Amino acid sequence: MKYLLLIASDPSLPSPEPGEDGFDEYMAAWSQFDQDLNEAGVNLGGEALQGAETATTVRHHQGSTTIADGPFAELKEHLGGYYLIDVDTLDDAIGWARKLPVGTGAVEVRPIFPTDEF
Amino acid sequence: MLALLTDRLGDLEIAHDSLQEAYAKGAVTWADAGVPDDAAAWIYVVARNAGVDRLRRNLAEGRRVATNARVLETAVADADAGAVEAAASESRIVELSEVSDEQLRLLLLCCHPALSQDTQVTLTLRLAGGLTTQEVAAALLLPEATVQQRVVRAKRKIRAANIPLVIPEDLHERAAVLTTVLGLIFNEGYLAHAADAETLTRADVADQAIRLTATAADALPDEPELAGLLALQLFHRSREAARTDRDGALVRLADQDRELWDRAMIGRGFRVLAEAMAQRRLGPWQVQALIAAEHTRTSTNWPRVVRYHDLLLTMNPGPVARLARAVAVAEVEGPEAALVEVDQIEGLESYHLAHAARADLWERVGDHAEALRAWDRAAALATNPAEIHYVERRISALQR
Repeated sequence: MKYLLLIASDPSLPSPEPGEDGFDEYMAAWSQFDQDLNEAGVNLGGEALQGAETATTVRHHQGSTTIADGPFAELKEHLGGYYLIDVDTLDDAIGWARKLPVGTGAVEVRPIFPTDEF
Repeated sequence: MLALLTDRLGDLEIAHDSLQEAYAKGAVTWADAGVPDDAAAWIYVVARNAGVDRLRRNLAEGRRVATNARVLETAVADADAGAVEAAASESRIVELSEVSDEQLRLLLLCCHPALSQDTQVTLTLRLAGGLTTQEVAAALLLPEATVQQRVVRAKRKIRAANIPLVIPEDLHERAAVLTTVLGLIFNEGYLAHAADAETLTRADVADQAIRLTATAADALPDEPELAGLLALQLFHRSREAARTDRDGALVRLADQDRELWDRAMIGRGFRVLAEAMAQRRLGPWQVQALIAAEHTRTSTNWPRVVRYHDLLLTMNPGPVARLARAVAVAEVEGPEAALVEVDQIEGLESYHLAHAARADLWERVGDHAEALRAWDRAAALATNPAEIHYVERRISALQR
């Protein structure tokens, strides 16, 4: 069963920039998570996103579209990245979501619609 | 039964629907032929066959049913083997040995942290407690449609997100959620409201909570808080017969006829609490049970009760806990000291018991005007008929 882990965090919270103290440790934690996912054989891919200030939203309304600056939902927490994993149950997916080195933020766990439903 | 069916059929919704179908068939068949000796086995076999039929239909329609294909294959193969006797003996084995494990898994599923707390409470009563939608609605003072909707949504999420029916790895954490939910159900039954008497008495809800808590505590002997909650429930329930008088008004603990207390239940409470305390991992439910235990003694040791409340406040701070402490203080230092303490608590303006406590304290101090004002406020805020009755009686006694 596939689950998407959507990682959101508050951009106003400080996170280490390249070259700053703690950056290497920060990156190492994410590499370690990647490696753990791979070793468990459940990693279907994941990426970090650039900041929400770089987002563009294409809104559809009854067949026509408008284009606007910014993410589709203005929230305190911004979508920062995702992982797609393949595990047995929600408990396993929650287990991985808990292991993410997010610090302070939130991870939404969403089951992927199974393709064999169709 | 539901837990076992869910396990065998691999799908909670199909198991639940099939079980209801079996009960409906049973009601019709038994009305003519009488209830068979082994009714549970009969229901199990009928429900399982109905479930396998549903699985087959879904399979034929090419719909995905069980998230675990192996479970589905096993269920269909089992049914093809077709041995009703085997299924019947399986059901008997369940009653004897597997029941606590199956029940625990179902309870933990109902109380899965991926479900909202309202849903956890509703599902636990509906699926693990086996109450009807109507009974759950009466117990929680909700419209039936709301209960129905919560159950349908929860089943949909359980299936779509594949919430498993397992003993989880983080069992201790999950047991804490379960304990909270069982505590909420007990409070609904015992303290919060009077249930609709036509469908369900308050005692029924409390009994259901006790039964579920006993099952959970049995299956999880390393969770002393579950046992603490069970002991608390037993102490409260043991006084049920003495809690209201013939007119349905509340009787205060001090005025209760102790002959009406269920001594056997109190004894069971003490045994359960002693076993929990022996683990030396104290928590708020155990402390509340200690306080309730103190109230079952012939003469209550009030200084000790105050100390227990102090301990409870360190674990569970909040205005209601502070109020309970203040009421105990009245018995040690007198009503004036208690009033000072009550008036320092914020956040109880709309809590009827806070006004009732103040009224009682003002009466004991001798200020009837203040007491009447507080009783009036308590009467306006109370919702439970027995409590309203009690407050009205106190008001008319003061006015005489």
